[in-house]
Amino acid sequence: MARNEESRVGVFVCHCGVNISSVVNIDKVVQAASQQEGVVVAKDYKFMCSTPGQEMILADIKEHKLNRIIVAACSPRLHEETFKKVLFTAGLNPYFFQMANIREQDAWVTEDKELATGKAISLVTGAIRRVRLHESLPTREVDIKPGVLVIGGGITGIEAALQIADAGHKVVLVEREPSIGGHMAQFDKTFPTLDCSACILTPKMNSVGTHPNINLMTSSEVTDVSGYIGNYDVTVKTKARFVNHDLCTSCGDCMEKCPVKVPSEFDEGLEKRGAIYTLFPQGVPNKPVIDAENCLMLIKEKCGLCEKVCEPGAIDFKDREKETSITVGSIITATGYKFAKPSILRDYGYGIFDNVLTAPEFERLNNSAGPTVGEILLKDGGKPQSVAILHCIGSRDKNFNEYCSKVCCMYSLKFSHLVKEKTGAEVFEFYIDIRAAGKSYEEFYDRIREEDVHFIRGKVGSVTNIPLNDEEKGKLVVIAENTLAGKRLRVPVDMVILSTGLECSDGVTDMTRMLKLSIDKDGFFIEKHPKLAPTETATDGIYIAGCCSGPKDIPESVASAQATAAMALKLISKGKVEVEATTSWINEELCAGCKLCIGVCPYNAIEYDEEKGISILNEVLCKGCGTCAATCPNGAAMARHFNDQQILNEIEGVLLS
Amino acid sequence: MNRDPKIVAFLCHWCSYTGADLAGTSRVKYSPHVRIIRIMCSGRIDTAFVLKALREGADGVLICGCHPGDCHYQSGNDKALKRHIMLKQMIGQFGVEPERIRLEWISASEGDLFAKIVDNFTEQVKNLGPLNWKETMRPKSGEYHEQT
Ligand code: FES
Repeated sequence: MARNEESRVGVFVCHCGVNISSVVNIDKVVQAASQQEGVVVAKDYKFMCSTPGQEMILADIKEHKLNRIIVAACSPRLHEETFKKVLFTAGLNPYFFQMANIREQDAWVTEDKELATGKAISLVTGAIRRVRLHESLPTREVDIKPGVLVIGGGITGIEAALQIADAGHKVVLVEREPSIGGHMAQFDKTFPTLDCSACILTPKMNSVGTHPNINLMTSSEVTDVSGYIGNYDVTVKTKARFVNHDLCTSCGDCMEKCPVKVPSEFDEGLEKRGAIYTLFPQGVPNKPVIDAENCLMLIKEKCGLCEKVCEPGAIDFKDREKETSITVGSIITATGYKFAKPSILRDYGYGIFDNVLTAPEFERLNNSAGPTVGEILLKDGGKPQSVAILHCIGSRDKNFNEYCSKVCCMYSLKFSHLVKEKTGAEVFEFYIDIRAAGKSYEEFYDRIREEDVHFIRGKVGSVTNIPLNDEEKGKLVVIAENTLAGKRLRVPVDMVILSTGLECSDGVTDMTRMLKLSIDKDGFFIEKHPKLAPTETATDGIYIAGCCSGPKDIPESVASAQATAAMALKLISKGKVEVEATTSWINEELCAGCKLCIGVCPYNAIEYDEEKGISILNEVLCKGCGTCAATCPNGAAMARHFNDQQILNEIEGVLLS
Repeated sequence: MNRDPKIVAFLCHWCSYTGADLAGTSRVKYSPHVRIIRIMCSGRIDTAFVLKALREGADGVLICGCHPGDCHYQSGNDKALKRHIMLKQMIGQFGVEPERIRLEWISASEGDLFAKIVDNFTEQVKNLGPLNWKETMRPKSGEYHEQT
């Protein structure tokens, strides 16, 4: 539509049930809007986003020949797309639309009805002034590159990768450890079914390792991401492994010969590994790597035993870190979690007394492939007679993590069962609340209670080894308050297990920057919408699965992995995607060639044309931040949909009343 | 003292506007005198926007962007910061108290902080009294940008 064509604005004010109308006087807003220049109709409705609401807008566009639409309702982050589609259906350019946020930024943050109504009128007036200057923008379509990048090779990343690969599409799976498997590979049993973790996980790991559509990159990290939905250019850095995996036959001779012994990360330090090692015996790929920080040959050029025994000659001390560039259409982030290690652990004797373990350490102790072949033993090799399990260590605690990690109650119950089953010891669970919401979880809790576990409601203050009587001698004494009985307790036990919560894994800050994601106050990625788009993010084509967006159990992680796979497959099957048309542009006639815009553009989207003596903007590279427009002294660089005059008009409008 | 100050806030879409929405969804209450205008990035803030707001009757202008290093467009907030320093000097030279404009970093999870900042800034602007620049400057409306 030409700029000078008369604008015919329709204003639609939403009650949002009573969410808006209980604070904002809707009639007054409609009344004020109808008096604004250019407004042809102004109406209100209970739920503007509902089908009847949308149909009302549609009918009014037709009947009143409206060419500009305002919806005053919730945040545009929620429903801008919904209403843009209505315009599209009516044959109007979707950019002839503006929302006034009178819910999140007015009705919900103000109790003063009069001021809230005034504010709503201001926001609507600003929107009306602005929308009259909106311009028709063409929709831009980009092709979707078919590959998908999955970051993180825990159960979540594995599941997402397999789903996409099984659908016939290429996946690059990047894992920073030498093997995939993640935390699930460290567990022996999973709650509430008590099925063997390895039995359900290893077949999936093997499928990843052998799948023709999966390019598995272990010992690797994503170091750079650029581009946009459909076209992400990714740089992956692979650490030097010093073992040629094409030649290695996985015989294991090298690992036997290695004289170095360092604590094994996989065994939570309870066991030692060599400098040449596999993460765990069932790892995928099941081939060793050399850890450069501890290898005697790499540190002081002494040793080389592994090289001598390796028959196929796979050891290569000259191996160097590699960089690989890949292009994908979308990215699934499945970076998972780490177990918290809050400083409060010391209050419970962790790191001071021998038999105080964290949950992941106990997982390894209990694992049939772990340091004790699954026997639950004290440091001195004896069997515990009594075990205390302390819930919520560093969780639900203002000084540490305020949030509930969701899985700790359930894994603690599992621990109780395993201790009882394997040792017959007396078990004390010190809990604040038992959270057993999940399929068959409450039943599992019932079962553990029937196994004669002592449940004591109350938070433990400390653990000491100073006895007050004979019974406490040689024991760890758990000092707590039973909040149900209102009594202070001292419980002597042989072993203490600290149920620590989940935190976002290390490296999230780098991911945040590279992928342009936001993190919440607890450090987890923020979803596009907490309820309706829990696996999408604010950046199109970047999805989040598993614990990187908050603590989840295994079934939830797997479900979210499958959801992200569906999102990625949706893009691939569409083949094209519409992208925002709101880039900047440079008016050649106004450009004086001062080059200031070139310096401020973060995407190198502007170049200087020597011949014409002006700056030229490449719209494919431009992402529409508008910094060039703010910098240009001549008003030649302009931001589409956020141009100077549109914003100046909005300013005028919001200040009018 | 100005009981009914007018405040315009420019919020970048990615972090700060999301943070302001969060204040709403968490039902945090804050001063209703603020009028929020959404822009894509704090780097889009043209000096002219701030001057225009003051000239049209705003008593204070708040600019919010993503925290340093978190800008959705890499570095727009750095540009906003530099421009802001210049802007403060500039309005000072016009005889307007530099405390009438403020730049803050608000992340998508800082709904609470946004509410606190709005309240605190509103208090500050109230104490400065009405600006009335519209009366004292008497510009012809739209004059500055007519060339576009
Ligand atoms: S996008 Fe928030 S400051 Fe740039």
